[in-house]
Amino acid sequence: MNMRRLLAVMRKELQQLRRDRVTLAMILGIPIVQLVLFGYAINLNLRNLDAGIVDQSGTQASRALVMDMLATGIVRASERAHTPRQLMQALQAGRISVGIVIPRDFERRRAEGRAVAQILVDGSDTAVQFAAAQLAQTPIANSALPDTRAPPDSTPRQGRIRVVAFYNPERRSAINIVPGLIGVILTMTMVLFTAVSVVRERERGNMELLIATPLSRSELLVGKVLPYVGIGLLQTTVILLLGVVLFAVPVHGLLVDVYLAAGLLIVANLALGLLISTRATSQFQAMQMMIFVFLPSILLSGFMFPFAGMPIAAQWIAEVLPLTHFLRLIRGVMLRGAGLSQMWPDVLALAAFSVLMLVLAISQFRKRLD
Amino acid sequence: MSADTDTVIRARGLTRRFGDLVAVDRVDLDVPAQRVYGFLGPNGSGKSTTIRMLCGLLTPSAGEIEVLGLRIPSRAEELRRHIGYMTQKFSLFDDLTVRENLEFMAAVQDVPRARMRARIDTLVEEYRFGAMQRQLAGTLSGGQKQRLALAAAVVHEPQLLFLDEPTSAVDPESRRDFWEKLFELADAGATLLVSTHYMDEAERCHRLAILDHGRLVADDTPQALTARLAGRTYRVHASRPGRIQQALSQQDAVLSAAQIGASLRVLLVEAAAQSAGETLEVLAGVVRDIDAEACFEATEPNLEDVFVAVTHGGRARREQAA
Ligand SMILES: Nc1ncnc2c1ncn2[C@@H]1O[C@H](COP(=O)(O)OP(=O)(O)O)[C@@H](O)[C@H]1O
Ligand SMILES: [Mg+2]
Repeated sequence: MNMRRLLAVMRKELQQLRRDRVTLAMILGIPIVQLVLFGYAINLNLRNLDAGIVDQSGTQASRALVMDMLATGIVRASERAHTPRQLMQALQAGRISVGIVIPRDFERRRAEGRAVAQILVDGSDTAVQFAAAQLAQTPIANSALPDTRAPPDSTPRQGRIRVVAFYNPERRSAINIVPGLIGVILTMTMVLFTAVSVVRERERGNMELLIATPLSRSELLVGKVLPYVGIGLLQTTVILLLGVVLFAVPVHGLLVDVYLAAGLLIVANLALGLLISTRATSQFQAMQMMIFVFLPSILLSGFMFPFAGMPIAAQWIAEVLPLTHFLRLIRGVMLRGAGLSQMWPDVLALAAFSVLMLVLAISQFRKRLD
Repeated sequence: MSADTDTVIRARGLTRRFGDLVAVDRVDLDVPAQRVYGFLGPNGSGKSTTIRMLCGLLTPSAGEIEVLGLRIPSRAEELRRHIGYMTQKFSLFDDLTVRENLEFMAAVQDVPRARMRARIDTLVEEYRFGAMQRQLAGTLSGGQKQRLALAAAVVHEPQLLFLDEPTSAVDPESRRDFWEKLFELADAGATLLVSTHYMDEAERCHRLAILDHGRLVADDTPQALTARLAGRTYRVHASRPGRIQQALSQQDAVLSAAQIGASLRVLLVEAAAQSAGETLEVLAGVVRDIDAEACFEATEPNLEDVFVAVTHGGRARREQAA
């Protein structure tokens, strides 16, 4: 690879980018808009959800539990109901999004350590599920009714609250969302910018000129995407800064690990975008292929739904997606304070994916018109 | 064969098929060094396809190519440093400035860094971009774009230039100006292969190949090509050329009769030229039946006649085959 020619291609890309207002706006616009939307949408939905409460036990402790739940501000009692059946109907009709049921045998369940209450949620709304999961964390006030039957040598049995939805999501909040959002935004923008890069020059006629020069395939392709590594890291910085300032998202691990993980994801996505671009015959087709890759990334990577709850087949597909590995890395680094070296299988997976895609893209590309 | 011998491009039996369509059909070519070699042919005759195969951008379906002593397409990469290629459609970057485009091309063509600035300054001056260096290429006029494309194609001073219809969509004055540049380049030692569908441009070439439906139907100097039609071209002055044209076109001896203003230009078939005297008497009779005043007058053949002669022949052959 000739450095001068490589640099010439990179420089040309940056000069073109500088004059491309739409892309420039997207570089900063997409992260800011997404972060604010995701972050605040989740925060807002956590407040004042309409709830119906059925307390069939009616004891002091059950009333205390209900008061505690209302005190969280996540739900407000807005529907009168006497039976779980009525609650279900209200839920189905959409009058409430959360139903709380405290069964008649609340006291015995509490003593035996079984689920003491049920939270019925509208499973079709993930935001509500987050909220319900949070609500389920409400501690059962032992002080309200001291558990005398608990053996003194064992830890006091915590009554549990069961959330009944399509499934039981892991607890989430903006803190959990922001690291994942770095991955989603990078997946979206990096593939978006590069997927059209080669096919656009083919459509505009530039490619016939480029392939008639001594530029090698790798100089041309690598030079076209390399500037976007810098742009991806810039986006990472914006999301991190906003996450810290707006949502007080912590970075427990090393900042350098955050950037290394982001760098790996950026390269993987650029290589993927490049492969799409060399295969597509039009910009429109490149966009379609991009969506084909982006949707499974969002749905299967563990960003939207917990990875463990997915069918095995979906988990296998997810293992092929760069975003899945990145989410494990970034959550590990930012939320658990882990180091990248502890999570080397995911680092390796991202690196292998990048190399494979790049090799495929370069070998797919022909300096020929036929 | 090497660059300093006479033949720069040699092709034998060059053929390219796109599905059932034969875009280039068994073309033999020998392009001499330091000449402006013209490729004349109507749209779709296979000019671009031939040029692309010669540059190594398209793989021939059959045939052999040697350019600057290199077998193509196997050694196309080596060839790229020695050629300049100006595509039919403007292919520089609309969203780069004039100077940025030239700098990019200089860098990818390996113009030494030390010489690059001076080289681009020279080009900017020679191609009159002084005041437009910072203008985006997309905002240039048609003629300016073609000039920029030529400047970019010669930034590394290639020995061989392929120019695919460089002057279509350019006004006549810019075309003349452009051709002067081409001759300067040839004088400086470069070989140029230029495709065109303009007769006046073809006339200026040192040597000319005429393509028709993918076949090479003529290949010689413009002078030799026109000389071959001696005795076959006539002009008929008449008051009602339209009716005379119809009548003449029916005659077996007439290859074509084209109206030019108030007169007709008549091209005889090759066999008729052998016995021109008798043929003319017959034709004069036909003409006088319509217009007693009309008369035949011998005239110099031009490239238009050559073009009609060689392509009509092809058409007749194809019709026979069909
Ligand atoms: N990539 C292609 N696929 C199919 N047909 C093509 C392709 N390129 C050229 N052709 C056809 O080959 C013929 C010759 O085209 P071309 O070489 O562009 O002619 P010219 O340059 O003389 O106008 C035309 O009929 C054209 O439609
Ligand atoms: Mg053409």
